[in-house]
Amino acid sequence: MTIDSKDSNSAVQSPQRRKVLQAGASVAGAVALGFPAIVRSQSGPIKIGHLTPMTGFLGALGNWAVLGIKMAQEEINASGGVMGRQLDIFSEDSVNPATAATKAQRMFERDGAEVLIGEISSASAKTIMQVAERNKRLFMSTGPRSDALRGEFCNRYTFHVDIPVTVMVNAEGQGLLREGLIKGQRIYALTSDYLFGHDLAKAAKKFVNAHGGKVIADDLVSTDTTDFSPYLLKVRQAKPDLIATNLGGNQVTNFVKQYAEFGLPYPVAGFNLNTADAWAAGRGNLGGIWPTVWHQDIDTPGTKAFVAAFRKKYGKTPENHAWIEYVSLKAMVQAMNATKSTNTDKLIAYFETEAKIDLLKPRKGYFRNWDHQMMQEAYTFTVKKEGTYKEEWDFLKFSAAIPDPDQPLELLAPTKAENPCTFK
Amino acid sequence: MQLLFLLEQVVNGLVLGGYYLLIALGLSLIFSVGGVVNLAHGAFYALGAYVSIEIARYLGFGAAVVISPVAVALLGILFERFILRRFYTADPILSLLVTFGLALVAEQLIRIIWGASPLSASMPSGLKGSVVLGDFLFSRYRLLLLTVAAGVLVGIWLLLNKTSFGRVVRAGIQRPDMVAALGIRLQPYMTAIVMLGVGMAALGGALFAPIALVHPAMGQEIIAVAFVVVVIGGLGSFWGVVLAALLVGVVRGVTIYFVPAAGEASMYVLMFLVLMFRPRGLLGERIEKFE
Repeated sequence: MTIDSKDSNSAVQSPQRRKVLQAGASVAGAVALGFPAIVRSQSGPIKIGHLTPMTGFLGALGNWAVLGIKMAQEEINASGGVMGRQLDIFSEDSVNPATAATKAQRMFERDGAEVLIGEISSASAKTIMQVAERNKRLFMSTGPRSDALRGEFCNRYTFHVDIPVTVMVNAEGQGLLREGLIKGQRIYALTSDYLFGHDLAKAAKKFVNAHGGKVIADDLVSTDTTDFSPYLLKVRQAKPDLIATNLGGNQVTNFVKQYAEFGLPYPVAGFNLNTADAWAAGRGNLGGIWPTVWHQDIDTPGTKAFVAAFRKKYGKTPENHAWIEYVSLKAMVQAMNATKSTNTDKLIAYFETEAKIDLLKPRKGYFRNWDHQMMQEAYTFTVKKEGTYKEEWDFLKFSAAIPDPDQPLELLAPTKAENPCTFK
Repeated sequence: MQLLFLLEQVVNGLVLGGYYLLIALGLSLIFSVGGVVNLAHGAFYALGAYVSIEIARYLGFGAAVVISPVAVALLGILFERFILRRFYTADPILSLLVTFGLALVAEQLIRIIWGASPLSASMPSGLKGSVVLGDFLFSRYRLLLLTVAAGVLVGIWLLLNKTSFGRVVRAGIQRPDMVAALGIRLQPYMTAIVMLGVGMAALGGALFAPIALVHPAMGQEIIAVAFVVVVIGGLGSFWGVVLAALLVGVVRGVTIYFVPAAGEASMYVLMFLVLMFRPRGLLGERIEKFE
């Protein structure tokens, strides 16, 4: 017995020892030769870590994100990769802020990721941003919308693709102003009781007050609320001119479903809704005006080709999180090709030239150089009348792009005076 | 005017309580007779909702609400015979573990079969909208829900109090050893009780599907509420569960009227207060088996 175990011990140990020696020798050799960087990165595939929630209340949206980035990766690799190297993208469930940070660190440290892409949860994105800064590597934050991420928490290693809360509120607000639903109107607000909802409510109130409306009530709604009937009764008693919702995730859908169930006559608007939430509400249940960052009916060759390819590959219409992951990876590849490098400083410098980036929309976008926020067009949508559409995905009616073609893209974004971002 | 608004919340809370009752009553029955806290109860609620969506696709809403609970109740027979039965006399921690594990397995199975994205059921257009009775606003659909819940309640009460089946079950709750000594096997009764219990949970799921999103974790959401209702009502008490369900619904509505942010926390505060002053629940009886 003892002899056996000794034998197996030495058998296990010797190759390990040899490996350590080999590694040590190659490191020493590389240092002696004086160009360790070349040894590290110039061969093999370019590795990119992709983190997004795949379970939990944002999991449904994260699954769209995975489909989107997969399709972009396949297209890029099929056309020869980047600088002759293939892309190797590994997607993982970010779960929660703590796990997201741990996984991000591991992806940089052990998996050899050159850059990170992804996220939907603002809370998880915040911790990944810190990891990116510590490692001095680039993180392209795709889906999170909290203003604070590009404001007080901003850092030069993070780029933000999705529209922030302020832009959603401004886009939605412009739509509501056009309909005459703000000026002189009494507005009943329902706000999700967590960071994102509070952020949204703050921006929305500011907009309403600035444009002559009055918020007569703002009820907080717990994130685990599924039954809205007590709130609906309160709304009916208050007889508002408009109901404004600052809800998140499943709440939005449950609210609109129950609103349709009670059949109250007041117009509903919301400052946050994803296309997937709208689809989940089901036909005939959704009403009101909502903001969005992209939709499948945008009349550009880019969006048409993307939607057609996505439908062919997956048999369904892409949701905005599939789109955003797709264009984000393409933007990253554009920067790598232009700089002929995966070097973090070079990539940051490239984006900071405010290089134009194709987002499959009429106007190209760019990352604003002082807060790394993508400047782009936004949209609002209303709901088509029952019977005027055929397809399940097809009941949303989208507005023209906001801002108008002759206005600057920065119109909806927070100004330098409003946004406390400075890079260290 | 203020008082009237408050009263409206109370009435609406009663309606919601009727829906809680559907889920809590089954949980209470299974616990009372078998001594098992069925943490998988929520999974049957979720299954009821998913199965009803599948059936509604082919046969419409009416058929779905009838067939889905029956199908899930049949599944409940398998659940009782092959899993639950082994744990009636075992350490309670074992039955807690096995039903909790089962709830997780069921949730993942649902995710595999139907996907992680929430599904949406629509209600028949005739049931949409609301009616005003007196000064109170009622959703038509919820009036139907309340009627069904009341019907089920009356049915279960008659079954327990006016049939020989019910007599054995009630005796089994009080003195299982005496029932055995009289030569009556409780097991077939237990199978029937589990079938009824999970069937009611599935009915709750099927009825709630058109109101809120149907998603894999919906069972977890409801099991907490149902458990609180049973604890407040008191073990082994039929009317205790009824009272508690209505009370939880009313307290939630009134809390949202005054302090909206505390709406979902209100039932836990209520449970805390009740347990402070009456540890066995509102109408809980002193039961030898559990003390």
